[in-house]
Amino acid sequence: MTQLSPAALTALMPMHVLADPSGVVVGVGPTLARLCPASPLQGRPLLDALTFRRPHAPRSLTDLLDHAGKRLSCSLRDPPGTAFKGLAVPVAGGGALINLAFGIGAAEAVARHGLGAADFAATDLTVEMLYLIEAQGLAMEEWRRLSRRLDGALSVAEAQALSDPLTGLANRRALTEAMARLSSAGLPYGLIHMDLDRFKLVNDSLGHAAGDAVLGAVARVLRAELRQDDLPARLGGDEFVLLLPGQTDVPRLSRIADRIIARIEEPVPFEGEVARVSASAGIALGSGRAAPEAVLAQADAALYSSKRAGRARATVHPDHAA
Amino acid sequence: MIGLVNSVLAAFACDMLGEADWAAVAATAGLRSARIEPMFAYDDAITARLLDALTARTGQGQAALLEDLGTYLVCHPATAAVRRLLRFGGTDFCDFVHSLTDLPDRVRLALPDLVLPPIAVTEAATGRFAVVAGAGLPGLDHVLTGLLRAMADDYGTLALVEHDGRAIRVSVAAADFSQGREFRLTQGAAG
Repeated sequence: MTQLSPAALTALMPMHVLADPSGVVVGVGPTLARLCPASPLQGRPLLDALTFRRPHAPRSLTDLLDHAGKRLSCSLRDPPGTAFKGLAVPVAGGGALINLAFGIGAAEAVARHGLGAADFAATDLTVEMLYLIEAQGLAMEEWRRLSRRLDGALSVAEAQALSDPLTGLANRRALTEAMARLSSAGLPYGLIHMDLDRFKLVNDSLGHAAGDAVLGAVARVLRAELRQDDLPARLGGDEFVLLLPGQTDVPRLSRIADRIIARIEEPVPFEGEVARVSASAGIALGSGRAAPEAVLAQADAALYSSKRAGRARATVHPDHAA
Repeated sequence: MIGLVNSVLAAFACDMLGEADWAAVAATAGLRSARIEPMFAYDDAITARLLDALTARTGQGQAALLEDLGTYLVCHPATAAVRRLLRFGGTDFCDFVHSLTDLPDRVRLALPDLVLPPIAVTEAATGRFAVVAGAGLPGLDHVLTGLLRAMADDYGTLALVEHDGRAIRVSVAAADFSQGREFRLTQGAAG
């Protein structure tokens, strides 16, 4: 076998330990020596300088060499207690050569001991591993930044959204904007505020999916019964508002509301069951430059009258009743 | 091409000209927004148009502009991360020049969407290199020229770096000319 000089050993394995047949450390690689300047390994019994986990608690060099060629786990007995993986081989004339490496804790060990690329053999991939950790960390940080920006953009888009995601009808924001446009232009309109009856019962007895199916069916009725220029909106829950620009004929608004209520009362099939709801409505008119809030409040008051009068009907606000 | 390249160009241009001029350059190049999203994919043609617009704006030759960009990548605090990643390539400057061969693979490991053409390095005599960038990323050779000059400085090496039209010629005059900038394998108090 070729005998390696100590210099060659050091160049190939800067983290080796060489023990003589009696188990005393007679050679330490320079990088390993840097890790524990306060308590040098040189001259100490190997099993005193290093604590072994694998093999478990060897009592002699022979115990250790029984494990030759297999992966070792050990750590410095003295602070800082750095952990290693390693490999032990017997050397000619007795004794053992153990090569150590940091393994997965390399980044921490390099930072703690202030090691540089020159402390590792050129064949060692530790520096490449540190490069990868840093490069991947930077890429990950860039993705995180992108994700935060997209999150922000999503919130803004949601805040600016004009439709109700469940039914596709206009939302409150779109409705009040449309009403404000009409009143600032001085254009009159009819407003029907509608609330489903027995909706809670459907949710409680058939579940929320059935409730959602009912809301979808109501949205289809509203789209079918209204003109192109009318705006059906869902304000949330089971509350709907229908905006009819130019429609100020009160009897006609009442007929539209009655027809919609009748169609909403048609049973909605859901997973073999049938959901039945009805609706109450309140009618008000927006004329001249009436504030949208005031018109909505009137329609709401009329809706309340319908509810009090026994539901499933439409009521015109007294200010506009013929 | 990944937006990172364009965003580096944006940072470089903002630093050199200011944000208003960069916005004008981006508009000239046909970008809808002056804000570049580093992780989004951009058409390769946009990078070329940005470079042309930037060159026109500065009145500098494009080769000189790209060399400045290479220096900027190493020296500017905004791209300190690039300088650190480059320093992982070698323990000294000559080592680093050789590591350029690995650069496309190193970049790919970090960002699979950032594809660099192969880079060939030959050391004809000790400390005398020829570096040739393959086709695929026009102007990369000029960026590398500026980058090599700055990295020589970073390592504390005195070297002559010139682009002769075919290859980047690197001649090391004094490997340990000065202290160089500190580099630690893991980021602590000092880079």
